[in-house]
Amino acid sequence: MTVWKYGDDINTDMLFPGKYTYTCSTPEEIKPHLLEDLDASFAENVKEGDIIFAGKNFGCGSSREQPVVGLKSVGIKAVIAKSFARIFYRAAINQGLLLIESAEAVNAYSKGDKVIIDADKGIIIVGDETFHFPQLPPEIIAIQQAGGLLPYVRKTLKKQK
Amino acid sequence: MTFAEKVLASYAGEKETAPGQIVTVHPDHLLTHDNTAAIIQKIPDELQQYGIASLDLPVIVIDHVVPAASEKTALNHKNIREFVNKHDIKHFYDVGEGICHQVVVEKGLALPGKILLGSDSHTCSYGGVGAFSSGIDRTEAAALMLTGQTWLKVPQSIKITLENTLPAGVSAKDLILHIIGDISASGATYCSVEYHGSVDKLSVDDRFTIANMGVEMGAKNSVFFVDDVTNRYLSSIGIKENAYSPVYADEDATYDQKLNYDLSKVVPMIAKPHTVDNTTTAQSVQDIDIQQCLIGTCTNGRLSDLNVAADIVKGKTVDANVRLLILPASRTILKEALNRGIIQTLVDAGAMILPPGCGPCLGAHQGVLSPGERCLSTANRNFKGRMGSKDAEIYLASPATVAASALMGHITDPREVMN
Repeated sequence: MTVWKYGDDINTDMLFPGKYTYTCSTPEEIKPHLLEDLDASFAENVKEGDIIFAGKNFGCGSSREQPVVGLKSVGIKAVIAKSFARIFYRAAINQGLLLIESAEAVNAYSKGDKVIIDADKGIIIVGDETFHFPQLPPEIIAIQQAGGLLPYVRKTLKKQK
Repeated sequence: MTFAEKVLASYAGEKETAPGQIVTVHPDHLLTHDNTAAIIQKIPDELQQYGIASLDLPVIVIDHVVPAASEKTALNHKNIREFVNKHDIKHFYDVGEGICHQVVVEKGLALPGKILLGSDSHTCSYGGVGAFSSGIDRTEAAALMLTGQTWLKVPQSIKITLENTLPAGVSAKDLILHIIGDISASGATYCSVEYHGSVDKLSVDDRFTIANMGVEMGAKNSVFFVDDVTNRYLSSIGIKENAYSPVYADEDATYDQKLNYDLSKVVPMIAKPHTVDNTTTAQSVQDIDIQQCLIGTCTNGRLSDLNVAADIVKGKTVDANVRLLILPASRTILKEALNRGIIQTLVDAGAMILPPGCGPCLGAHQGVLSPGERCLSTANRNFKGRMGSKDAEIYLASPATVAASALMGHITDPREVMN
């Protein structure tokens, strides 16, 4: 597992450049451009189960969802940041990508530290320190448990029929 | 209750709401643009089976890459038109009509007290006329198209009180850059921002510029309360006062933060690369040379913006090393700018007129930057790589500052060239 660490205000243009927004939508099309202008080594080396640490305001900027779809499809286990921009946060709920807001965990991480996440218990272990993060409201957990917003909506529509 | 608490309570059928509460709402409109095809491709079977929740809900504007820049974007537009025809979409605006956020307002779809959601981050612009509006992603737009409803968390609110009036040569753009520089690009994250105080000197154009950039400080929405200025504007586009019900915050509403700004102290501002809160005064960066200037976009492509620029360049010539691009926000604005001779003045000074749309702002086409180039733009974002090369630089400013700088070939405080 690799831990990728980035700074504050990582915007959606850095995560996925705007110039590809209307020509790339599928995970296969998105992957080669993921973090293209931020870290050219990311797309090539990212692996299932990797984790991203970042500073404040992660995902600010455009509402484009390719960053979230891309990070989810390459297998990023969680993004742990000091804070997230709101559209990005909603998009992550809708795609089932785990986001954890924990400035303490971000500050505690140094290169080489082992990182363990237990989402059900709301725990992150960084090196030998343990941090707790709050559970999401039940309405949001229902979306996550369905596997994202569209599976959730499909279930709801079927029930109404 | 605050504005956001009141609007969300009314849409959720609750007597009152409080920050943090999750409510289910049926928004009045759902805006999508060139991303419409990607949205409906997520739900082809469901659309077939259940149809669209309400034909009055979707507003579709093709604006991001117009006219099409490649075979792929042309096909994207074609797919959207086929969807529109198949489902008899009521509110559809094709290539050339303008930038979605301007079109939504001009067509009277964004009204006071209404809720609009859109798969574009600058959907927050409609707070300029007292609507509650916010950006969402494509997946949520797809879900909304089917169900007509979504959840929203009631935001905490920030009260910004404005005092006095802006000096000559200083605009709403300078004010919002000043505010974002002050509270940072995440200073209003998840919050609803309300503007109070002496807003009567701010036109609806000014209010749109400020509300548009709400997302650049992280806000969920920004709002100016309905007053005579709003009513006059809405009346000018054919909306009668009995067609909308303004919502106002209560006197005793609870705010997370209260901020005050003295408009008379604001000066021409610049946001330096690569974040919108990296601000300074235009005066302090006057020696920086530029190769491209962009006046327009959903932030500053309105008639008053083009007019200010024309006044500054009238009878003068753009510097030989600068390309000045003009991007009107809509066909209506372009027509009026033609009628008033504004376009003639700009072209005489050496400007190029682009079709109403978004193109260069997101590096899609028309005015893409090469490595090492620097652009001074009236847009809302200066992120690395946004207008093309990641080795280019974007500086943000007001239309007056960009026009003055285009004449000089370097960043210029517009008050130095204004008569």
